[in-house]
Amino acid sequence: MKQFVNFVKKEFFHVMRDRKTLLILFGMPVAQILIFGFALTNEVKNSRLIVFDQAKDPASQELITKIEASRYFEVERSVADQQQMEAVFRQGKIKMALVFPAGFNASLLHEHKAQVQVIADASDPNTANMLTNYLSAIVLDYQSTLSKDLVVPYRIVPEVRMLYNPQLKGAPNFVPGVMALVLMLVCVMMTAISIVKEKETGTMEVLLVSPFKPILVIISKAVPYLILSVVNVASILLLSVFVLELPVNGSVLLLFGESILFIITCLSVGIFISVKTDSQQVAMLISLMGMLLPTVLFSGFMFPIENMPYPLQLFSNIVPAKWFYLIVKSIMIKGLGFGAIWKETLILTGITVVLLGISLKSFKIRLS
Amino acid sequence: MENLYAIELRNITKTYGREKQVAVDAVSFHVNKGELFGLIGPDGAGKTSIFRILTTLLLAEQGEAWVEGLEVKKDYREIRKIVGYMPGKFSLYPDLTVAENLDFFATVFDTTVAENYELIKEIYVQIEPFKTRRAGKLSGGMKQKLALCCALIHKPRVLFLDEPTTGVDPVSRKEFWEMLKKLKMQGISIIVSTPYMDEASLCDRIALIQHGRILSVDTPENMTGNYPGQLYAVKADQMYLLLKSLRKYPEVLDCYAFGAHAHVSFKNAFEAAPLKAYLRGEGLSEIEMKPIPASIEDYFIKLLKT
Repeated sequence: MKQFVNFVKKEFFHVMRDRKTLLILFGMPVAQILIFGFALTNEVKNSRLIVFDQAKDPASQELITKIEASRYFEVERSVADQQQMEAVFRQGKIKMALVFPAGFNASLLHEHKAQVQVIADASDPNTANMLTNYLSAIVLDYQSTLSKDLVVPYRIVPEVRMLYNPQLKGAPNFVPGVMALVLMLVCVMMTAISIVKEKETGTMEVLLVSPFKPILVIISKAVPYLILSVVNVASILLLSVFVLELPVNGSVLLLFGESILFIITCLSVGIFISVKTDSQQVAMLISLMGMLLPTVLFSGFMFPIENMPYPLQLFSNIVPAKWFYLIVKSIMIKGLGFGAIWKETLILTGITVVLLGISLKSFKIRLS
Repeated sequence: MENLYAIELRNITKTYGREKQVAVDAVSFHVNKGELFGLIGPDGAGKTSIFRILTTLLLAEQGEAWVEGLEVKKDYREIRKIVGYMPGKFSLYPDLTVAENLDFFATVFDTTVAENYELIKEIYVQIEPFKTRRAGKLSGGMKQKLALCCALIHKPRVLFLDEPTTGVDPVSRKEFWEMLKKLKMQGISIIVSTPYMDEASLCDRIALIQHGRILSVDTPENMTGNYPGQLYAVKADQMYLLLKSLRKYPEVLDCYAFGAHAHVSFKNAFEAAPLKAYLRGEGLSEIEMKPIPASIEDYFIKLLKT
């Protein structure tokens, strides 16, 4: 036991004395949360919009004022004709244009029907889609205020409620994703590198020729990263609660428990990579390409898995991050208890047991 | 297996890779208890492979080997408790201090620095002033001393030193061999490998190895004593021309460059006057020649050529 404790202490020395490792360990989660939280957001705010108003009547003015009042749009300026509008689009400064036909108010009043044209720059399809949706919503809203007093037969009004995330904020989606990503990076890459480093510098040779059990060498190398990862989970949660204002709706204890399970999964992968490689560069490449990429692609955090071809959907089932992502979302955002996630937990436990078994079994008690 | 020798190898063979490149070729020798044994040979001769087989790090394809009567494959756990191993590459933690390294290896071997301090005291006092320095910042000689301390901290019965003096300055090398002699007096069997022939004479017995084969195992004195015939050192102003001329001379059996001299052996009795005259005729001057005792290196070269 004393041997083990001393070994872990030595590992901590390694981590604490290497500034670069420290920076990756503690800088990365903070940086990722801040980048995803404030820079890489797909929420649209204050998009520039030009108005080509051929009507210039009370109705069109009222609608423009309404649009201006929303936080999504900033009405840039009016244009006088079609050519001018197209020129502004070509310059790329404007994402959207709204065109009122002449006699807008008159048609509204007399025909109870009028048209507006919405033109969007679809070179970025997602943004264009989102903006047209926002704009249509505002127009519909205006329409409903007009027809308030009218009795229209057969009206169905959908009452939309966005559960768990009523404001459609990005944070509930990416915080669980970043958690999976950071843990994957820290545990897989760092553990793999730190074990391979011992092989590369030749200290593994000395350790093997000692009464210290080879399995314990591996476990004591993993323990510090387990502890540091728990610290990372805590710092991500603190950031998300206090900086991004995203509270943990479920049990914090359960969230930490599940995180530790996922950390052990990642550590097993890291150990497995370290057993199979002999240089730090190779270990790093494999961790990045082999683990980070699937985590980003198949966890459902960036790209919805339901839209993928069936074989890829099947493949996503063996990516541990997918299950962890689902678990974190359930606990953190939906505030669900263990009863709702026991299935995911079971699958993740299964993957972990298999991986840990394989990696401990493939650890060699001799060189090569 | 009776516990007769510190180390015994019988027909150990080890190959690498798919092409089955032979690294160790049916090697057999033994090391007596309490002996300082040298494994002497150039780089790539198979020294490290033999060390790794004996320290249970590699498995041999054929043959058997024992360390203190323990079989290297079956009893690897027991062997790992009683041997000290210092690999050729500097293999301590450069980011830990001298004292931390020593403490760490002491706990790995389930002992404490205090428990066996007597054994390493003489070596450790030399690096003690730097004990708070990171091991990576030590000079080559000091790194070597620290590595030796770490290999000795658990009072091993057999000590394996793989090229301990490679890359170490001559003064530190000399000190290192002094330390080994003292360790031997404590009853520790030591096997050391080196590419330096001049270190061979410091061992009790040596094995000369080349291309994975043992050429000869004997005491250094016997080896040099067994050198056939008399060896001469010849010197002249132009080395290259000297060697070329000597090789053409019919009485010369063998000749090769050795430092500033050419070492020459002759087929029959040596006659100085005709050779000198011949060399002058070849355009050489400042010719000196004298009989010399053969060194281990001369013996090694002789073995390689026969």
